[in-house]
Amino acid sequence: METTQEITIDTPKKETVEVSGSVALLEALIAEGVETIFGYPGGAIMPIYDALYDYKEKLEHILVRHEQGGIHAGQGYARTSGKVGVVFATSGPGATNLITGLADAQIDSTPLVCITGQVFAHLLGTDAFQETDVINITTPVTKWNYQVTDAREIPEAIAKAFYIAKSGRPGPVLIDITKNAQIQKFDFEGYVKCKHIRSYKPKPVVRHQYIEQAAELINQAKKPFILFGQGVLLGSAEQEFKAFVEKSGIPAAWTVLGAGAIPTDHPLNVGMLGMHGNYGPNVLTNECDVLIAIGMRFDDRVTGRLDKYAKQAQVVHLDIDPAEIDKNVKSTVPVWGDCKETLPLLTALVDEKQHTEWLAKFNEYTRQEVEAVIEKELNPTTEEMTMGEVIKQLNDLTLGEAVIVTDVGQHQMVACRYAKFNKTRSNVTSGGLGTMGFALPAAIGAKFGTPDREVVAIIGDGGFQMTCQELGTIMQSGINVKIIILNNRFLGMVRQWQELFNEKRYSFVDIQSPNFVTLASAYGIPGKTINNRTDLPGALKEMLANKGSFLLEVMVTKENNVFPMVPQGCSVSEIRLK
Amino acid sequence: MTEQITEKQEYNITVYTENQIGLLNRIAIIFTRRKINIDSLNTSPSEVDSIHRFNIVITETEEVVRKVCRQIEKQVEVLKVYYHTNADVIWQEMALYKVSTDVIAEKVSVERLLRENGARAVVIRKDYTIFETTGHREETDALVAILQPYGLIEFVRSARIAIIKDSDGFNRKLREFERLEPGEDVMENEYLGQGQKVFSM
Repeated sequence: METTQEITIDTPKKETVEVSGSVALLEALIAEGVETIFGYPGGAIMPIYDALYDYKEKLEHILVRHEQGGIHAGQGYARTSGKVGVVFATSGPGATNLITGLADAQIDSTPLVCITGQVFAHLLGTDAFQETDVINITTPVTKWNYQVTDAREIPEAIAKAFYIAKSGRPGPVLIDITKNAQIQKFDFEGYVKCKHIRSYKPKPVVRHQYIEQAAELINQAKKPFILFGQGVLLGSAEQEFKAFVEKSGIPAAWTVLGAGAIPTDHPLNVGMLGMHGNYGPNVLTNECDVLIAIGMRFDDRVTGRLDKYAKQAQVVHLDIDPAEIDKNVKSTVPVWGDCKETLPLLTALVDEKQHTEWLAKFNEYTRQEVEAVIEKELNPTTEEMTMGEVIKQLNDLTLGEAVIVTDVGQHQMVACRYAKFNKTRSNVTSGGLGTMGFALPAAIGAKFGTPDREVVAIIGDGGFQMTCQELGTIMQSGINVKIIILNNRFLGMVRQWQELFNEKRYSFVDIQSPNFVTLASAYGIPGKTINNRTDLPGALKEMLANKGSFLLEVMVTKENNVFPMVPQGCSVSEIRLK
Repeated sequence: MTEQITEKQEYNITVYTENQIGLLNRIAIIFTRRKINIDSLNTSPSEVDSIHRFNIVITETEEVVRKVCRQIEKQVEVLKVYYHTNADVIWQEMALYKVSTDVIAEKVSVERLLRENGARAVVIRKDYTIFETTGHREETDALVAILQPYGLIEFVRSARIAIIKDSDGFNRKLREFERLEPGEDVMENEYLGQGQKVFSM
C-alpha cells in the first residue's frame, strides 16, 4: 500500500505541469476511473465546464434537466455499477437542488462525489449572486464535505472524496469549489490516490472472539433466522453470504435494499421483511430463537413496534458501522466488521444443518399468504388490472434478469414483493428516504451503470410527475430505458392509509395526470396505454422488443391496497392479511 | 446483558478531532437533530500538536449518550470519543466577576467573602476590579449570589473543561492512528476489556 519515494540529489525534480484547478479536477476524475458524469452547468461552475469541453473523449457528460435528476441518476449509476456516481452542479440553486438526492444517498449508503461550483472566494459571505452556504446546508446529509478555495487543494480533496465515498459504509461526499480556484493555475505534480486518513477508520479489525460467540449461538439455535440488507451488496459479499446461508441451512429474509443478494427463487430465501413484506418473515421474527442480522439497520419500517420486536430472540448483528450496532435493536453478539471478511469466518465455524421443520413453518405462512393475498394480486379475476399481475408478466418475460428501478409508494411495494431478481444489484429504489420522483432519473443512471442489462423503471402516476422532465435527458442521450407507469389515478399509498386509518377521508390524493403517452411522444419516445388485461402481454413484449426507450402506461384498479401490512405502531406479529 | 442506566444525568463527552473548519457544526448537529441541549461546550488544541479536544456536557441517559458518541466518532475527522459521568472526571469552570472598586474599599466584608471563596484579583482599576475563581458550577454560582447585594456589575463563566481520571492521554494513541494498518488498540471495542468503564469503540 505504501509507496516509498527515493529522493537523491541526482534525481531531477519531479515533472510538474501548470494547469488550472478545473483541469486538475478532471484529471483527478479520470485517475479515479470515472467515465460518466451527470450534471448541469451554471455561472459558478463555468470554468470546469470550459475545461470539460476538451475532455469530451475521456469523460462522458450527461446533461440532465434538473440537478435533482442529476443526483438521482448518479445514485442509479452507483447502485448498478458499484462505482462512485459523479454529479456536477453550479452554486446556489444548483447546489440546493442536490439536497434531496444527498439525503437519499446518505440514508441508503450510496457512494457519490458531487462537485458544486461556488462564487469567488472573496465574495463568500457577502450574499453574492447565486451564493448559498452549501457546506453548512449539506453537512447533515453528507458523509463528508469540503470547500476548496485554492486550486492547489483540488487533487488532495478529490482523492479524499473518492476514498471516503466508497470505503467503509459508503455515502455521498460534496466538494464545493470556488470559481477562483477553478481558474487558478498551479504546478500539478500528478494525482495520488488517498489510501489513509488518520482520523477515519472505515474498517475495523475483526474480533475473532465475537465470531466464535456468534457461531456458538447459531449452532445451538433451534429456530435461527437471517435478516439481510444492502450491506451484503455494498460489501460485494453475495458469494460469501450464499455460502453461509447454504451451509447453515437457515431461512433468510431481505430488506427492500437487500433484495437480490441471493436469487428470489433460492429455497432458503423466505421473502421480504417489513411493513409490506411477507407474512412468514414478519410473524416468525417474533418466534425465532436467534436472529442473525447481516448488513441491515433495523429501520422502523422493518421492525414495526420496537418494544415488541423479537424480544424472545438472541441477536447477532453483523455491520460495518458501529453506530448501527445497538442503535435500534440490542445485540447479544455484535460482529462489527465488513461482512465480506466476517461471513467466511462465521461460515467456517457454523455446523452444516437443515432446519426442515422450521423452514416448513415459513412455507406454511407462504401458503396462507398466497391464498389470502398473492393469488388475487397475481392472477386476478376482477375486471380491472392489478399492479401485481403487471410485475408477474414482466417476470415471465425478463426471467428475473432485468434491473428494476422503482419510485415510491404502492407500486414500489408491489414491485419489490413480486419482482424476480436472479442477479445482485438489480433492485434500485429509494429505501430509507422514500423519495418520490427517484425512479425516472435513477433508471437513466442505472442504465449507464450497466449498459448491457435491461433496465425497467416502474413508476406511479404521482411520482412520475415529480421528475418527468428527465424524459428530455433520455431523449438527448438516446439511451434505452423502459418505463412502466402503473396508473391508479391516486396517490395510492396515502390513499390506502386514508382508507384504513382515516375513515376514507381522501384528502388531496386524487391526482390528475397528463396524457403520458403524448408527453413521451413530445420527447420522441414511443409509448402505449393499455386498459385491458388481454393487451398486457402483447404490450409488455412490444415494450421490451423496442430498440430504444418506451413508455407503457397500465391503467390499474383505482382503490387496491397493498397487503400484507404491519400497521404503524403495531408489532410485526400483528401483520394483517387484509 | 448489563443493566441500562435509564436516568438522565450529566455526561462529559471528550472528543479528539482534526482541526477542520465546519467540524464544530458537524458535531453540533448530531445533538440538535435529537433535540438535545448542549449544556457546555469547550474546544481548544489538545496536548498533541494539530489535534483538538472538545469537552461537551449534556444531560441525558447513558443509552442516548452512547448512541450520540458513536455517531460523533463516525465523522471522518473525529479520532476518538469518550464519555464519562461527573464522578469519572475532574472538572472545572472559570468565572470572572466585575465589581466596583469603591464598594470593596468601603466594605471590609466583601474582601473577606472574596477570600473565603478563593477569588483572585485579575485587574484593579479606580472604577472597578475584576476577580476570578475556578471551580464547580455551585461554587461559581455561590459567589455570584454573594456579590449581587454589593452591586455585581458583570459576570461571565467559561465552558467546562474536564480531565478523565482513567486516561493515558492521547500521544501514544495518535501514533497508532497514523499507521496505515491500525492495530487493535485504535480499533478498541467497547465490549472488550474495560468496556463498562470507559466508552470506546
